[in-house]
Amino acid sequence: MTSYQDLTLQGLWKNNPALVQLLGLCPLLAVTATFINGLGLGIATMLVLIGSNITVSLIRNVVRNEIRIPIFVMIIASFVTIVQLLMNAFTYELYLTLGIFIPLIVTNCAIIGRAEAFASKNAVVPAAYDGLVMGAGFTVVLVVLGGLREMLGNGTLFKGADRLFGEVASNWQLTLFTTEHPFLLAILPPGAFLGMGLIIAFKNAIDATLEARKPNSENIITRARVTTES
Amino acid sequence: MKLTLSSSPHQRVRRDTSQVMRLVILAMIPGIMAQVIIFGFGVLIQATIAVITAVITEAAILQIRGRSAKFALNDFSAVLTALLLAVSIPPLLPWWMTILGTFFAIAVVKQLYGGLGFNLFNPAMAGYVMLLISFPAAMTLWLPPQSLASIQPDFVNVLTIIMTGFTESGHSMDQLRMAADGITMATPLDSVKTALSQNYTYPEALDEAIFTNNLNASAGAGWAWVSLAYLVGGLFLVKINVINWHIPTAMLAAAALLSAVFYIADSDSFASPIFHLLNGSLLFGAFFIATDPVTASTTDKGRLVFGAFIGMWVIVIRTFGGYPDAVAFAVIVMNMAVPLIDYYTRPRTYGHTAKRARKP
Repeated sequence: MTSYQDLTLQGLWKNNPALVQLLGLCPLLAVTATFINGLGLGIATMLVLIGSNITVSLIRNVVRNEIRIPIFVMIIASFVTIVQLLMNAFTYELYLTLGIFIPLIVTNCAIIGRAEAFASKNAVVPAAYDGLVMGAGFTVVLVVLGGLREMLGNGTLFKGADRLFGEVASNWQLTLFTTEHPFLLAILPPGAFLGMGLIIAFKNAIDATLEARKPNSENIITRARVTTES
Repeated sequence: MKLTLSSSPHQRVRRDTSQVMRLVILAMIPGIMAQVIIFGFGVLIQATIAVITAVITEAAILQIRGRSAKFALNDFSAVLTALLLAVSIPPLLPWWMTILGTFFAIAVVKQLYGGLGFNLFNPAMAGYVMLLISFPAAMTLWLPPQSLASIQPDFVNVLTIIMTGFTESGHSMDQLRMAADGITMATPLDSVKTALSQNYTYPEALDEAIFTNNLNASAGAGWAWVSLAYLVGGLFLVKINVINWHIPTAMLAAAALLSAVFYIADSDSFASPIFHLLNGSLLFGAFFIATDPVTASTTDKGRLVFGAFIGMWVIVIRTFGGYPDAVAFAVIVMNMAVPLIDYYTRPRTYGHTAKRARKP
């Protein structure tokens, strides 16, 4: 059993699904053209992750080991369908913007990775909490990348916030600058790859600085991608 | 007599990196002069902006990486990258785009990969492609050659248009682009591409005003002279052994051959080999871009393959792609293939038998 503090640290920083495990890169790179798109997909992924982690944890003693992967996939697919229908009902414009990437949450390896690595071996409450922090870690990266690309490319922030939060948010948009030459690279896919690389480099730089400051650190061999226990 | 024992290689270094870089810069002078004569002083201002940005960026990044900035700046590679970028972009590009492109070329493409000798991609061309896909409209705005332009901006006006977007008298870039007869003028490659896409035939496309000169029917006015001036500089580099003949020869031959095949098959809808060689940046790219010793193939056979594929890609992208010119894209695509090419074209070591039977 791992402590909640440790779980939080793992999900948000040390074992962040996007920055360290590099899972779910396809939606990460494809939809993060704006802050709100990133936030929308992040929340959808987080909800699926919490739901699938709880369910997998509940049935972990019932499912036979040989057929666990198809079962997990079906559970995840059910939750994705639920989230998709909810978004279709309540945030229709965002649903249209994200398009194919909502059903594609099924193929996000971060989700089946957590089901296999954590939820199928732990009790319900820690599994649900793990889903929450892993989802939050993923969402934070989506939002940071989306915000960066939106600021560089369009000079705006929170554009289209009403698509996610309703009428209240219709005037949330911040315009930082206007230009007749938008920086298209930031909005196009190469900008996503470059931005992602810079964010990972930034995280590694922070880690290196922290490591250098820590006195008498013991050398523990850690694996970047934890597939068994975390 | 003093005999010294030393390990191989025994041949003394005749040229160091900085000499090679300076010779390449020297060889660019005819081309740059042709650009100044035909397109105005813009290229000189862009070169100044780019060189200053490149040197400052290189020094700053080396400082952060804890390397000696003085040593690296002395090899002139940053200056050369800046110059190659400056002559590729439109002469009247807004100043901040030049700075952005040069910064990207030096900081991201060169220094983040480890500096000179470690970069996978040609820095100047990667910077150019970055600018082209970010600002497609500004990056394809070339002034008509001065012989055809209705307004010829002088040095002060060129400076103000780069800095502010307008001349002293308030003419905008769009007004400057007008040719003498009041028609907006595109580059030769662009105008043929547009005409062909509108179902004109290739001979009809050559009726445009941009092709009125006395050099060759399919050479764009002014543009062909710039290409030929770079050809002179490039041949000088081959003559003094700064670059090998393999890459330019293979590249130009492949481009000419492939475009000839298309042209012979259907001379109405494909441009002639002469057109492809004289317009755009094919000649410049063959001698100055593709021959970059860091990002090109390192074996003689590999250089032939590398050059031939660049030539092929240039024609394929020019003919079927979305952008009018393609040298930058072709070079970057083939940069990625260099490790593979080098792997399959390793020369036979003396004393080891090749797989094939040796010729007597």
